[in-house]
Amino acid sequence: MLFSINETMGQYSELFMLLAAGTYTVAFIAFAWDLAKSSKMLRAVDLKAAELAAQATTTEAARMPVGVGAGTAGGDVDRSDADVSGPAGRAERPTSAVSGRGTAAGAGQTADGSMRYGGERRAPARVAVALTVLGAAIHAAGVITRALGAGRVPWGNMYEFLTTGAFVAVAVFLLVLIRRDLRFLGTFVIGLAIIMLVAASIAFWTPVGHLVPALQSYWLIIHVSIAVMSSALFTLTFAMSALQLVQSHRQKTIAAGGADKLGFMRLVPYALSLENLSYRINAIAFVGWTFTLMFGAIWAEKAWGRFWGWDTKEVWTFVIWVVYAGYLHARATRGWTGTRAAWLSIVGYLCVVFNFTIVNQFFNGLHSYSGL
Amino acid sequence: MSERVNEKKKKSSKPEAVLPSLGALGMLRWAWTQLTSMRTALFLLLLLAVAAVPGSLFPQRPANPAIVTQYIKDHPDYGAILDSLQLYDVYSSAWFSAIYILLFVSLIGCVIPRAIAHYKAMRSQPPRTPARLSRLPEYGTLVIPADAGIPASAAISDAGELLKKRGYRVDVRDRDGARPSLGAERGFLKEVGNLVFHTSLIGVLVSVAAGGLFGYSGQRILVEGDTFVNTLVGYDQFTPGTNFQSSQLQPYSVQLDKFDITFDRESQGKFGQPIDFTAAVTTKENPDAPAKQEVLKVNDPLSLGGTSVYLTGNGYAPVVTIRDGAGNIAMQGPVVAKLQGENYYSSVVIKVPDAKPEQLAFAGFFLPTAFVTDQGVSFSGDPELINPQLTLNSYFGDLGLDAGSPQNVFELDVKKLTPLNARNLDTKGIVLAPGSSYTLPNGKGSISFDGVKRYIGVDIHHNPGQLYALIFALLAVAGLVTSLYVNRRRVWVRTGTHEDGRTVVEYGLLARGEDHRLAGEAAAIRKLLSDEWLLGEDATTGSQPAPSTTADNDRADSAANGAGSTHATEEQPAEDFIQSTAGSSESKKDQ
Ligand code: HEM
Repeated sequence: MLFSINETMGQYSELFMLLAAGTYTVAFIAFAWDLAKSSKMLRAVDLKAAELAAQATTTEAARMPVGVGAGTAGGDVDRSDADVSGPAGRAERPTSAVSGRGTAAGAGQTADGSMRYGGERRAPARVAVALTVLGAAIHAAGVITRALGAGRVPWGNMYEFLTTGAFVAVAVFLLVLIRRDLRFLGTFVIGLAIIMLVAASIAFWTPVGHLVPALQSYWLIIHVSIAVMSSALFTLTFAMSALQLVQSHRQKTIAAGGADKLGFMRLVPYALSLENLSYRINAIAFVGWTFTLMFGAIWAEKAWGRFWGWDTKEVWTFVIWVVYAGYLHARATRGWTGTRAAWLSIVGYLCVVFNFTIVNQFFNGLHSYSGL
Repeated sequence: MSERVNEKKKKSSKPEAVLPSLGALGMLRWAWTQLTSMRTALFLLLLLAVAAVPGSLFPQRPANPAIVTQYIKDHPDYGAILDSLQLYDVYSSAWFSAIYILLFVSLIGCVIPRAIAHYKAMRSQPPRTPARLSRLPEYGTLVIPADAGIPASAAISDAGELLKKRGYRVDVRDRDGARPSLGAERGFLKEVGNLVFHTSLIGVLVSVAAGGLFGYSGQRILVEGDTFVNTLVGYDQFTPGTNFQSSQLQPYSVQLDKFDITFDRESQGKFGQPIDFTAAVTTKENPDAPAKQEVLKVNDPLSLGGTSVYLTGNGYAPVVTIRDGAGNIAMQGPVVAKLQGENYYSSVVIKVPDAKPEQLAFAGFFLPTAFVTDQGVSFSGDPELINPQLTLNSYFGDLGLDAGSPQNVFELDVKKLTPLNARNLDTKGIVLAPGSSYTLPNGKGSISFDGVKRYIGVDIHHNPGQLYALIFALLAVAGLVTSLYVNRRRVWVRTGTHEDGRTVVEYGLLARGEDHRLAGEAAAIRKLLSDEWLLGEDATTGSQPAPSTTADNDRADSAANGAGSTHATEEQPAEDFIQSTAGSSESKKDQ
């Protein structure tokens, strides 16, 4: 039942991890270059468009409102009929069905709200994605050799949580990239993966080893993998919510006639588009987190004889769950959509990070398996 | 329930926020409205998250009362204050309970009216056709040529059929009039899912509470060869639930035959760490039942008589024989050694109340692999029995056991005892290897170390609420997924006959709540209709295009292109058919 340990595999794994971190670093530079370059290019396009716009007809101008607050949707559509309006204070959500807005070029333009790939080619971004794919492939080899070396799933201590977690975050990012152009998140996601890999190798390095008996359960595979995947999704939405805050500030500034100081944010879609997509991802991640919580409880029942005991790790998993439940509620509460919801999503993610770092290391509990 | 709903019902134009002149009943109603509002629910949820945090910062009594006592001692300045704030019992504290009880009251106040409203909505017809379909987020028109021979009434029937097949509930209005229309709706499961989710949360809470009332738990240490019988006296420690009755205990038995541990001998970093615990046991469902061989492991509890038996601890139990001053065997058998440090470095306490003329006691350490440093500090070098050693001090006198007050078997109070052997006495301490024995000074007796057995600690739990909690949790997840991924949509279609004989069809879609695939649905319905009427590509280009053509609604450009000049707009005189240019620009929100 116990596979034997293969130290050579473990060493290969560490080499792969380092190579992956190196490749990611180059990808990171390419993503940053893309941001810088595109923002310059967009500015040039803007200037040209502004010239054209000066000659454009007034009808054209009227038809293409710019930026936020250009108008509200449908007047007599009965959006608040009793049977679905729910409890008092419930908001009509910023549903994506009314997310349309002008496509005009001009001050404050941002990327397409659909987050689909546009026509123009962005060479640095393509290089960055290619490098990320390469890095992820090497990283995958690192994770697999680690698993072979230890003869089990590679998530049994902090080192393995970090290396595997970073891989899942990058993989989820790449998967989303297939359908959506989220390349503007590249610097963030890849930067985070690099930090995780470096932290794993320096602060949490652990040689390949067996699992303590308490972790020898198929629930480890189920519970932890879902937790890691949900966390990867939360990572994406955290980045999007942070950008949403910046973007909404920028949109407001521009709408009020201020100068556009954050040129690189042109690459980033409108705040509302960010909010809508991050809501959808958060909803998936929340279901995942619900499963994490439930499977954790089932496992706790098997291992310790009680399904819930307010162990520190359980407390924080619960707190995260409640914060994101709050986020979902906020999106349906009048006055709480938009910026406030984004803050909740950010707070939720900070709790995830806290749960993973501080709680694993400094809090004693039944979950103290960090391998330190 | 909702302010809006109440307003509609009462047909009053007076906003409820006006506080004075409400009276006592009005105040109550106002408070209830506040409590069950979405804002309060959100606030309580966030408060619950914050309130749960201190439980991870301070030691908690239910988890470990001893640590709490120590913590209060160590922090004389604020330790007691924290206690008065119930910060060591966060999850049963008044304030934590208040928050979640309020939350659940709010939840109930929220779910019941919504369930009633939804039940009514499910039985009523889809809402009236709006005057201007073009104002809906998704809108489009189709034109059926005059020679197709499909009049407005037939077109509306066709549309109704198609929508019914697509799962919509359809209501056709004014079929034979000049402007027949239909309203259709689907996705009632969304709201059902939401209600199931929230109701199940109540179910989970109730199940957990019931488990606390009717459950029980206990611990027992079993040395190899020992048998546990599930009766009150069988437990070393027992924690009954509030409503526990001893008749609940089913007298099954568990005998520990053998306990094996595998230690890690491969990896450098964790050399000597246990990697497998296996207990071979013989169980009987009741005293008359046939014996059964079973294996008990960590993560793999036994199920017996409605309880679960968990392997939670283990250690060594040195077997000793102690003779008293009179030469009789005063005690013989294994002594459970309590883990103290690395590599099963364990403490041993032996009390011999039966020794005569004087009672005897021993206290010291057991080391499976004894090493002694140059400084004379002994430690255990390995968890396995490579060089087992028992080092003891001995005492005689009155153990105080006869008074009947309970004592901790793992602790020895030496205040009233006279030391016989100790490191600082001339007699020195007793050091024993298996098979050796030692004669106590002054003819007080002797002790021999006969061998070593292993013991396990088992936790026994009975929680009748557990299964229900699981069922409700699963229901909650099912409800959650349904509510998040079923889309509630409404479709309206209106048809009319143009002067030149063509039949013009317009349709509009509206989503309830979040729905990013509404445009996709609009496109799908459009395709169904054009296929039905064989309109083909030609008709699609020849008529009003749908506002957005992709499968996704997050498009930034969906508003603008509806305004272009098209067949329908140009040729339809009826005002309902005039394309709105209001578009659907980003709705203003409180950002
Ligand atoms: C025990 C505390 C609660 C938790 C954990 C919780 C959790 C959730 C979650 C996760 C959702 C989103 C999924 C869905 O749409 O079904 C949701 C939606 C909702 N909750 Fe709660 N909830 C709680 C209490 C309440 C209370 C007290 C109310 C009433 C005031 C409420 C009203 C709603 C409504 C109306 C929605 C639907 C929003 C929409 O999608 O349109 N919830 N809740």
